[in-house]
Amino acid sequence: MTLTEPKVVTERELDRVTIRFAGDSGDGMQLTGTQFTRGAALFGNDISTFPDYPAEIRAPAGSLPGVSGFQLSFSSTDIHTPGDAPDVLVAMNPAALKTNLGELPHGGALVVNEDAFTAQNLQKVGYPSNPLTDGSLTSWHVFAVPISTLNGRALDGLGLTNKQVDLTKNFFALGLMFWLYERSMEPTIAWIEQKFSKRPEIAEGNRRALRAGYAFGETTEIFHERYIVPPAKLPPGTYRNITGNEATALGMVAASQLADRQLFYGSYPITPASDILHQLAGYKNFGVKTFQAEDEIAAIGAAIGASYGGALGLTASSGPGIALKSEALGLAVMVELPLVVIDVQRAGPSTGMPTKTEQADLLQVMFGRNSDSPVVVLAPATPAECFTFAIEAWRLALKYMTPVVYLSDALLANGAEPWSIPKVADLPEIGVPNSTEKAGFYPYLRDEQTLARPWAVPGTPGLEHRIGGLEKADILGNVSYDPDNHHRMQELRQAKIAGIAKDIPPLDVFGAAEGDLLILGWGSTYGAIRSAVERLQDRGLAVAHAHLRHLNPLPSNTGDVLKAYRRVLIPEINLGQLLMLLRARFLIDAIGYNRVRGKPFRIAEIEAEAERILATLGAPAR
Amino acid sequence: MTTERPTTNGSNGTNGANGDGPAAATGTELPVLTRKDFVSDQEVRWCPGCGDYSILAQTQKIMPDFGYARENIVFISGIGCSGRLPYYMNTYGFHTIHGRAPTLATGLKAARPDLMVWVITGDGDALSIGGNHLIHSLRRNVDIRIVMFNNRIYGLTKGQASPTSELGKVTKSTPFGTVDFPISPLAIALAAEATFIARSVDTHTEHLQGTLERAGNHHGSTFVEVLQNCNIFNDGAYREFTDREVRDDRMLVLEHGKPMIFGKDRDKGIRLSGHQPEVVTIGEGGVTEEDLLVHDETDALIAFMLSRIYWPEFPVPVGVIRNISRPTHDQMLTDQMAQATAARGKGDLAKLLTGGETWTVE
Repeated sequence: MTLTEPKVVTERELDRVTIRFAGDSGDGMQLTGTQFTRGAALFGNDISTFPDYPAEIRAPAGSLPGVSGFQLSFSSTDIHTPGDAPDVLVAMNPAALKTNLGELPHGGALVVNEDAFTAQNLQKVGYPSNPLTDGSLTSWHVFAVPISTLNGRALDGLGLTNKQVDLTKNFFALGLMFWLYERSMEPTIAWIEQKFSKRPEIAEGNRRALRAGYAFGETTEIFHERYIVPPAKLPPGTYRNITGNEATALGMVAASQLADRQLFYGSYPITPASDILHQLAGYKNFGVKTFQAEDEIAAIGAAIGASYGGALGLTASSGPGIALKSEALGLAVMVELPLVVIDVQRAGPSTGMPTKTEQADLLQVMFGRNSDSPVVVLAPATPAECFTFAIEAWRLALKYMTPVVYLSDALLANGAEPWSIPKVADLPEIGVPNSTEKAGFYPYLRDEQTLARPWAVPGTPGLEHRIGGLEKADILGNVSYDPDNHHRMQELRQAKIAGIAKDIPPLDVFGAAEGDLLILGWGSTYGAIRSAVERLQDRGLAVAHAHLRHLNPLPSNTGDVLKAYRRVLIPEINLGQLLMLLRARFLIDAIGYNRVRGKPFRIAEIEAEAERILATLGAPAR
Repeated sequence: MTTERPTTNGSNGTNGANGDGPAAATGTELPVLTRKDFVSDQEVRWCPGCGDYSILAQTQKIMPDFGYARENIVFISGIGCSGRLPYYMNTYGFHTIHGRAPTLATGLKAARPDLMVWVITGDGDALSIGGNHLIHSLRRNVDIRIVMFNNRIYGLTKGQASPTSELGKVTKSTPFGTVDFPISPLAIALAAEATFIARSVDTHTEHLQGTLERAGNHHGSTFVEVLQNCNIFNDGAYREFTDREVRDDRMLVLEHGKPMIFGKDRDKGIRLSGHQPEVVTIGEGGVTEEDLLVHDETDALIAFMLSRIYWPEFPVPVGVIRNISRPTHDQMLTDQMAQATAARGKGDLAKLLTGGETWTVE
């Protein structure tokens, strides 16, 4: 390498780039990915991210289970997924290389920290020889960079310990990526200064690491091309980068403000829902009360107690915790109080794979209670939609006096995308029932239109009454074992939820109103399905996409939509839960596409499955 | 589907506003309430002779004394015979699920610090299925009054051993005697850092009334164990020391600041020998009243000792075992919110949504 002449660097414009950062779970890969994402978002790209991390906080250094990854896609066009496969893989050690190389297409770029490829580290993950030198990586563009050495040199003289120096090497890699994609370092430098304001030597270490990585790209002879991804043409507006969990928390606060009722959040720590607690705990000046309960049952119990008292009682969990909450959720059905239960789904059964995504719990939340026990079930489709559906959840819970289950998942929760920030004045109104009139008050006298019972909260004079989990006499609300009354109440509870279908938007179809194939999804599979359908439509195929956000009740036109296509494909990250519901309800021979790998769908696999089905129809491209 | 109004009130009554209430308050004065104002229109359905009747009666009797309007009082219960009590109180009431009443009470009190909240539970409800919630509501000092009916048996499910059943007890579920060692409710409450702990007896109505009265006036986690007879499945559970003829000799009525004296002739007492309690007789072996242990409701070690002594080795202590003051859960939550609001200003939704880094697309 010579520095006597400036090297020649060409620039190439790309529509979209997907980068995966992979390293030890202690290497700061999530932070590195998040910082790159911020940079791309502030630059104006459309972005989509997929953090993929192990449950172990610090698995043994250099081991395969300890690999943490963060994939992000940034683009000059509208994108829906974090990319099927990376264009660039940054592997900080042999374990990261070994676990991720299989997903890097041939011809892809591989940036590795060659210092980490020691005999010991290679042996730890079962590499018989060093892949950087044994010729096994010839199908990829390998950029072997002695990141640890270079970074150590850059931080020389700062007086940091070896350990502290080592912890900054992720920023060297980040700096290099900033150079490669012509990104400003400023947002990250500002972040460093704020984060380490009380530890100037650490701030300086990280700054130097970042700049050294950038300078390395500039001066080394290894790289001769830089890539520019121009800003995306997003609709006008003010944007911020947001994860599903962040959007959920903001949406819940917004609902509380719109309803002018305090938000009470009862929760027990569980991956991947805990961030919602962390975030809401900081909003005390918004009148938000948070309660870290002794267990999942106490969390929902306290939320029901708060709702009974006139607050917005909210709880959240993931599959195993939802199972524990089931009895209390049944109580909320019986006493018909407004309640929202967030389920950030993860791979199961049992403890399963806590940090991995799965559409695990649709049937659990639909049916996982004793008797017929209907609740409203909603499922936002994208991280940004988590905001909208938090408000929708409370609109329905309050208007219909019912528990609402809100299904997010690990992918939505941790994944990020640009969010067009709504104006407060444009947010929907939330009506709050409030009974204070003594004349004609009966605890179970229903509103004729919504079938909701009154919300008469303690403190209201003259309306003292008793509720509970025992069956209620219609209208009066006293304990009743009358057989006909029980039948009537079962029907009333069912009819109340079913009637909500009149109050939700119809199922919207992307594509022609009829055709060969409808791909129907729910939840976080939205991006992969939409991208696949766009590609299929571009090829002239009669394929449409519909995505359910209201899963109980279903939009009233659901059956008609399903019947307008020759085939219906339902891709789900489970073994066919929505498929079972729709087959049972509409007697249609829908086809499932089910892969339960703890990972999001790739666009290509949905496209391929659609092609397979279209081929059986002999359907020509139109 | 119909939502017709009833033309007649069902035999169950109306569970609502149509019962006889007190005359409407005029101005800001609270109406003067009596026991009758707290009796609901529901027919009481415990077994005839059940100890629960007495607990209900004492509870209704003291309710007017706390200065709360009827609508600001809430009774929350779990599952078991005790769980029916809220139906009989003409206040707000919530009959919840097994063991979970303290969780609902915690959420309610957090959201509504203005309410007076009572939790009615039993030995199975509180100490078996709901043990976790009991412990945590007590340690948080949630401002709720937990009254636990302890009949040492599962009554509603017709006679199985409970966590307070004595070792070896023969019940329907334990035909050869239970092999499970019983739990001490007071010791649990103490270990869980309850700020008010007391014990009373269903049949000692005056004592029970006084104890509940003090419980009602405490602010913080309040635990009252009421020894209660189940005349169907565990009749005579406490007869050995609660019967009129023997109770003075076999029970120790505690009073704060007073020496621990008991006995029909007020001649027996508790004295410390080293760190161990012993029963002594005043006048024998030079023992005087001065030698007796003086009850101190704020002394945790005395409370622990009292939670461990029981008939037949000792008289059974009743009364207030512990009574200390600590900030309540709802108060601390409210204070934190006030501090956060003072420091950051009242939350502004528009600012919250646009917080963090944003960019604008024209």
